[in-house]
Amino acid sequence: MIKSERFSWFHFSSPQTFYPLAGTLQPWFAAAATLLCAAGLYLSFFVAPTDAQQGEAYRIIFIHVPAAWMSMFLYLVMGFWSGVGLVLNTRLSSMVATALAPTGALFTFIALWTGALWGKPTWGTWWVWDARLTSELILLFLYIGFMALQAAIDDPRRADKAGAVLALVGVINIPIIYFSVKWWSTLHQGASVSMKSAPSMATTMLIGMLIMALGFWMYSIAAVLARVRCVILERERHTEWVMAEVGGQA
Amino acid sequence: MIRALGWVLRRDLLLAFRRRGDVANALVFFVIVVSLFPLGVGPEASQLRNMAPGVLWVAALLACMLSLARLFAPDHQDGTLEQMLLAGEPLVVLVMGKVISHWLVSGLPLVLIAPLLGLQFDLPGDALAVLCVSLLIGTPVLSLIGAVAAALTLGVRGSGVLVALLVLPLYVPVLIFGAGSVGATAAGTGAEAHLLLLGGFLALALVLAPWASAAALRIAME
Amino acid sequence: MNWHSWSEFLAMGGYALYVWGSYAVTLVVLIGEIVALAMRRRGVIERLAKFYAARRRNHETEA
Repeated sequence: MIKSERFSWFHFSSPQTFYPLAGTLQPWFAAAATLLCAAGLYLSFFVAPTDAQQGEAYRIIFIHVPAAWMSMFLYLVMGFWSGVGLVLNTRLSSMVATALAPTGALFTFIALWTGALWGKPTWGTWWVWDARLTSELILLFLYIGFMALQAAIDDPRRADKAGAVLALVGVINIPIIYFSVKWWSTLHQGASVSMKSAPSMATTMLIGMLIMALGFWMYSIAAVLARVRCVILERERHTEWVMAEVGGQA
Repeated sequence: MIRALGWVLRRDLLLAFRRRGDVANALVFFVIVVSLFPLGVGPEASQLRNMAPGVLWVAALLACMLSLARLFAPDHQDGTLEQMLLAGEPLVVLVMGKVISHWLVSGLPLVLIAPLLGLQFDLPGDALAVLCVSLLIGTPVLSLIGAVAAALTLGVRGSGVLVALLVLPLYVPVLIFGAGSVGATAAGTGAEAHLLLLGGFLALALVLAPWASAAALRIAME
Repeated sequence: MNWHSWSEFLAMGGYALYVWGSYAVTLVVLIGEIVALAMRRRGVIERLAKFYAARRRNHETEA
């Protein structure tokens, strides 16, 4: 690396340098998450008006839609860092991908749970086989598959790379799966039932969802930073710096 | 390169022929599973006719998935796979040969026996024909996608169930359009769009899956 | 302001089960994740400390 006065991003691409950076950044993201979610919740309960058709039940979208967005976004990010780790053979990128999966899976679960609770009062059944919920369900299986594969492989580098191949195959498949499911659901149910046709979006509703989405995003970053720090400690336990780090803690 | 493909194909077919029992298992599984559904839901003809495309396709899917255990694992265990990796031939070609032989042995029989099973569900003739065509196009896709999952889980503990977990979500589009084509035929609307899409999936899988499988094999064996 | 009283707020127009069921489970899941992460971090550090202590003892007995 040429010595340069300019700051180099590659400086943080090793676990050793990233660990303290993650530690410093994490509280800031956690704070941002709290503020944004609080603002979002305020908007969702106290500012957004009651919907004419769905009553108060529609307020669930302030969690359901942002959670669904995050679940898909996090999978893409996971695929990206997995791919970087596979192609450039970097450990840290793969560790970040591993750290992303549980958070992504949890948001997928939240999207499914809130989707079911929204479906019951609105359409009468606890589960609606519409395009979004069904795709979310399959996405959950993809997350679980990724985590299961990595858990089953003992060698961490092999787990990293195998997970990366799986994640990339998943990324390619997600648009195909979504398109297939969307086609399938319109065919079998007709246009009547569609969770996408939320009440005509009042601006406040949209802003509320966006703020909640941002809040979830900040939360995800904070959670993933915390998790990747654990992963780094576990994976790099044979290095001097981890020994020093833990020695200072224990 | 074609010679290498031919060699792998011939070897795998020969090995499968010597273990005809293993091969027949997948077929028998297919038949049994399909027969379970009427026992579960009742013999009423119109209900079975409605369910038939989905049931037949899901059973074919599961049978394909079960047979994935034979794709790479035996060669991995006796060391042949390692030799294949070291050979001068491109791994993609060798993988393609294995997948083709896997399909000939595990997928094609399903295509051939499906019409008989479709009759059990009182499917009309044109639906049976579309069923065959959809399986003919779809089962190779299942073998190709399955190869990636089988390569990823090579030698991993609990790989049987893990392969299922990995591969079944990826099978969903093939299932939707495969079963959809038969359903559309039975309903009177055309199956053309479905079959064309299945063909598209096949083309995509032919291009991407051998390459991904080869990459996964190298990862598993390094 | 949408709500004229606390009880109105809690009732959510009759949809209390669904709305609060959603928000509550989300909160539980997210807080749960945070707690799990904290526990994981503590567990890792404890385990590593023991690991290093054992390794130090090994080296001492060998030396």
